[in-house]
Amino acid sequence: MTDAIQLLVGTRKGAWIYRSDAGRSNWRVQGPVFLGSIVNHLVLDPRDGRTLLMAASTGHLGPTIFRSTDDGATWTEAAKPPAFARSDDPRARAVDHSFWLEPGHADEPGVWWAGTSPPGLFRSADGGATWDSVAGFNDHPSYWDWCPPEAGTPDGSLLNQIVIDPRDAAHMYVATSSGGVFETLDRGATWAPLNENVRADFLPDPYPEFGQDAHYIALSPTNPDRLWQQNHCGVYRLDRPGTRWSRVGEAMPPEVGDIGFTVVPHARCAETAWVWPMDGTDVWPRTSPGGRPAAYRTRDGGASWERQDRGFPTEQGWFTVKRQAFCADDRDPVGLYLGATNGEIWMSGDEGESWRRIAAHLPEIYSVVAAPLRA
Amino acid sequence: MTQAAVTQVFIPSQLTSYTGGATRVDASGATVGSVLDDLDRRFPGLKFRVVDEQDRVRRHMRLFIGRRETRSVAAPLQDGDELLIFGALSGG
Repeated sequence: MTDAIQLLVGTRKGAWIYRSDAGRSNWRVQGPVFLGSIVNHLVLDPRDGRTLLMAASTGHLGPTIFRSTDDGATWTEAAKPPAFARSDDPRARAVDHSFWLEPGHADEPGVWWAGTSPPGLFRSADGGATWDSVAGFNDHPSYWDWCPPEAGTPDGSLLNQIVIDPRDAAHMYVATSSGGVFETLDRGATWAPLNENVRADFLPDPYPEFGQDAHYIALSPTNPDRLWQQNHCGVYRLDRPGTRWSRVGEAMPPEVGDIGFTVVPHARCAETAWVWPMDGTDVWPRTSPGGRPAAYRTRDGGASWERQDRGFPTEQGWFTVKRQAFCADDRDPVGLYLGATNGEIWMSGDEGESWRRIAAHLPEIYSVVAAPLRA
Repeated sequence: MTQAAVTQVFIPSQLTSYTGGATRVDASGATVGSVLDDLDRRFPGLKFRVVDEQDRVRRHMRLFIGRRETRSVAAPLQDGDELLIFGALSGG
């Protein structure tokens, strides 16, 4: 491995891979890959450093998974993509698109997990070639309460994140757009809601057991007992074994607020994380507040936040950063990367102190994943 | 024993990556679903991109038997029928 980074970029019209030099200064581009396909997620397997999995569909064709083991030069389609069980139930579900791909635990090579719309959890034990429905979630007796079909986000309800405890492969969290966060201690066989004190201001009971819209969850890499959540209704933190989330976003400037799609923890400091606020007022424009794009960083676990906007437009900047499109690498100093709805990729090589645009004119960006680049 | 009908299938541009570029292929089967199954055996993955796991034709795909549109995989086919698969408009 070198200090170089690759950015795996999924867009509404295909995928691109950007590869840096060791200084993260210059970037080479590969792509488009599957031009015209909707690519929600493109992920590198950290266990072998070479396998790429891509969640793809098109406006016409059904969803599938592609796999590459040669740095994206050639791709093989999954023989059995994620699909719900056949059913005569009038509510019978069909996967519209795979949204999130998660490599399995380090001790389980070949295992991958996928989250879909409508909300579904799927598992592959063969490196992504065949996928099985995880009945513990998808057929849970409370599934239709947790994931009501009418509670969709604009592109459909989601199981939008899968997080695995690095200390225990059986311990996982998922985030959904209609039920909030759920936890399993037995590798997905049983699940319980984990949403105490998380607001859902669009429901009659604003603090329900489930029903929240968890836009994004992430574990602190150095403290897997610390969970960050960017929720539809604010930024939260949970320190396990506690079960009650704290709304740390209340410390954000009130004129900016703590609405957003994503939260990015620091690779080495559990007190540090970044959010990308968006306008959640009146009709929810979901643009950069005031047309002034900025990241906000906390270095004290969410007690305070500082604005980081050097390099971004100072006015009339209205782009949005979607939930899989903001990420960090693990270099020192940490590099930050975001893909915008206007097709630009921005990066910071100094932990958010300054930003520069490294790509433009791509289609609407859905996801950006930073991964080490093999030598 | 009934002989399975042989159907000529029109393949739209969205699916020619599965058929090696061919836009017309022959397939066997007594129904739309069985013809798609036959295609899937020869061109793995093709069927799931047209029909979902509940055997529903995907929203922006259209199937015609000759000039007659069908949304049912149970629709019967006669020997010599033509099955046309189209990718309908699906936004910008």
